[in-house]
Amino acid sequence: MLVRIRNLVKEFDITGGWLDQFRFSGGRIEREKTIVRAVNGVSIDIPEGRTVSVVGESGCGKSTLARTVMRLYPPEAGEVYYREQRIDNLSSKELKPFRTRMQMVFQDPYASLNPRMTLGKILREPVHFHQPKLAKGEVRDRVAAVMEQVGIDPDWQSRYPHELSGGQRQRISIARALTVEPEFIVADEPIAALDVSIQAQILNLMMDLQEEHKLTYLFISHDLSVVEHISNQVAVMYLGCLCELATAEELFSGPRHPYTQALLSAIPRLGKRAGHERLSGDVPSPISLPPGCVFHTRCRHARERCRREIPVLSEVEGGSRVACHGVEEGRI
Amino acid sequence: MEKLLAINKLSVDFTLRESTLRAVNKVSLSLDRGERLGIVGESGAGKSVLGFSIINLISKPGRIAEGSVIFQGEEISAYSYEQMRRVRGDRISMIFQDPMMTLNPVLTIGEQMRESLKAHMEVSTAQANEICLEKLRKVYIPSPEKRLEQYPHEFSGGMRQRIIIAISLLTNPAMIIADEPTTALDVTIQAEIMELLLELCETEQMGLILITHDLAVVSQVTQRIAVMYAGTIVELGRTEDIITHPQHPYTIGLLGALPQRAGSSGRLNQIPGVMPGLARIPRGCPFKNRCSLAAEICATKPHLRKSSSGSEAACHMVGTEQSTAA
Ligand SMILES: Nc1ncnc2c1ncn2[C@@H]1O[C@H](COP(=O)(O)OP(=O)(O)OP(=O)(O)O)[C@@H](O)[C@H]1O
Ligand SMILES: Nc1ncnc2c1ncn2[C@@H]1O[C@H](COP(=O)(O)OP(=O)(O)OP(=O)(O)O)[C@@H](O)[C@H]1O
Ligand code: SF4
Ligand SMILES: [Mg+2]
Ligand SMILES: [Mg+2]
Repeated sequence: MLVRIRNLVKEFDITGGWLDQFRFSGGRIEREKTIVRAVNGVSIDIPEGRTVSVVGESGCGKSTLARTVMRLYPPEAGEVYYREQRIDNLSSKELKPFRTRMQMVFQDPYASLNPRMTLGKILREPVHFHQPKLAKGEVRDRVAAVMEQVGIDPDWQSRYPHELSGGQRQRISIARALTVEPEFIVADEPIAALDVSIQAQILNLMMDLQEEHKLTYLFISHDLSVVEHISNQVAVMYLGCLCELATAEELFSGPRHPYTQALLSAIPRLGKRAGHERLSGDVPSPISLPPGCVFHTRCRHARERCRREIPVLSEVEGGSRVACHGVEEGRI
Repeated sequence: MEKLLAINKLSVDFTLRESTLRAVNKVSLSLDRGERLGIVGESGAGKSVLGFSIINLISKPGRIAEGSVIFQGEEISAYSYEQMRRVRGDRISMIFQDPMMTLNPVLTIGEQMRESLKAHMEVSTAQANEICLEKLRKVYIPSPEKRLEQYPHEFSGGMRQRIIIAISLLTNPAMIIADEPTTALDVTIQAEIMELLLELCETEQMGLILITHDLAVVSQVTQRIAVMYAGTIVELGRTEDIITHPQHPYTIGLLGALPQRAGSSGRLNQIPGVMPGLARIPRGCPFKNRCSLAAEICATKPHLRKSSSGSEAACHMVGTEQSTAA
């Protein structure tokens, strides 16, 4: 395994100002905190040279999971192993050798590119930082080659991010991750702003690099037809929890968890109005997680046990792992 | 049908140190009340710049070089900044491609929403709060009361996008320009948001210009599509015609790049080459250096004309033997 994620938990305290924490109730002052549990005990194995994708509802914790794996956030609990070495508890100095090998493409390309730097500088900087001994000419060549690969004219090095279209900026953030020649890339919605032809170019590039250099990807995307196309494994998240973990073939041919089923039914198809399964019921919030199965407020198979007991991920026939009482009881 | 918007030969230039670049080149489009128009095309083709120019939001070094925009019978392209400010965010809303660019990072969502509402309407703070909560619920933000007091960085990418949509709906506009409104959303919420926009178009007769890369979404939501390449419209027509019988070689290539159309090798089809930078767009047909059908005649600029499918395409080869072979 290149990366092992074990029972990872990430919370945010959103109580606000110091005074906001106090409530006056029943004649006493009480202190109350508001916590968002964005990632709630997630375990995923990522084998070398493979692509594992994470899909799920907007706000379910995908980006937070990615950032925590990259150690941009410290986890509240759980572990992350890189080549069997634990990295979630390393100091930033101890982490530096791992930083070259792991790169992240951020979801919001506008916010992640420094507006005051030219594209050339944005792309050269990580190389200078991680490989300070590399000769100037070599850095220049590598930057030009990577720009070419993502379909941006290498002559644009003196331009600034605001002069680019959304998709051009997104390609610059992909290029930035590639310049240091990493072995593991966490790509958070890397192709969302690209037209399908450039999407195809980027995805083909990613697959080529994987074949040639055994690159490993943790891929986050809402585009399920792309996920189906490029992934080996797919993890489905709902409200911070994993609800299904399966190979791409298993998942797309026979989704088991009720949330996965609803999600796949909503994939828009060319020319056809989606007759998607509408999720009714309250959209729960990670601020106050529902008891029992996190999906029960919207699940049409929910029973008494689902409201009480948290289902655990367990293997079903076909090899998928599903966290659902209904599946375990054989009624779904 | 009543005309809501007419864009006539609109061009936008960026004046840089070395040269002047034309990002939008003589684009003409119209939109009826309640109509839904999609704009698709290559990344960098000028879709967002076109959207900005409709509401006169182009600033230096860019400028509208020629053309006019008529909205509800008023020539808004001739409006002063003050006049335009009253139209923008009131009768016309725009959902921007980069949510973080629109949201002020140091203000809570509630402060920003109330502010934009009060800029266009006489409401008390309590009323404003009510309206904000109603719109946040419409875009499926859970616990909206708590969320109003949070800052943009505390939201996920898709939640920020939904907040922008909620803000754009605050004043019940007559037209929305939505630039990639659902790229950060999962398919279930995307479907709900699209249904919400559709419903507004149908019941409130709102006009919608939907800029997106998602061909499946555009095929379901819009009635007409404009395909852009290097600043110009290369194909324009009814959604159904364009999706089932694309005419322009660029449109054909675009639809062929969908993952569903990938060959058995697993490689996706891409259009060969890249769109040239604006400074290097070839004379004549802008697509000619990537087009497998290019011939001598393509050195002269093709104009939009009716094709056999019913759509209009700007290609010399459309209607000839070769194009059907492509
Ligand atoms: N401020 C600017 N200065 C110089 N060039 C600019 C500026 N803003 C945009 N451009 C150029 O104008 C062209 C059109 O940009 P636009 O953002 O409209 O593309 P788009 O079609 O929306 O692409 P995407 O799908 O990637 O968002 C691009 O080539 C871009 O580089
Ligand atoms: N810095 C932060 N402070 C407080 N809350 C946060 C922060 N970052 C994320 N959250 C919360 O954590 C939850 C998960 O957010 P995350 O960005 O991981 O979602 P996501 O799955 O990536 O969603 P999307 O698909 O919309 O990008 C959300 O409820 C969000 O509001
Ligand atoms: S555990 Fe119960 S509520 Fe949860 S998904 Fe399965 S059936 Fe539905
Ligand atoms: Mg995210
Ligand atoms: Mg754009």
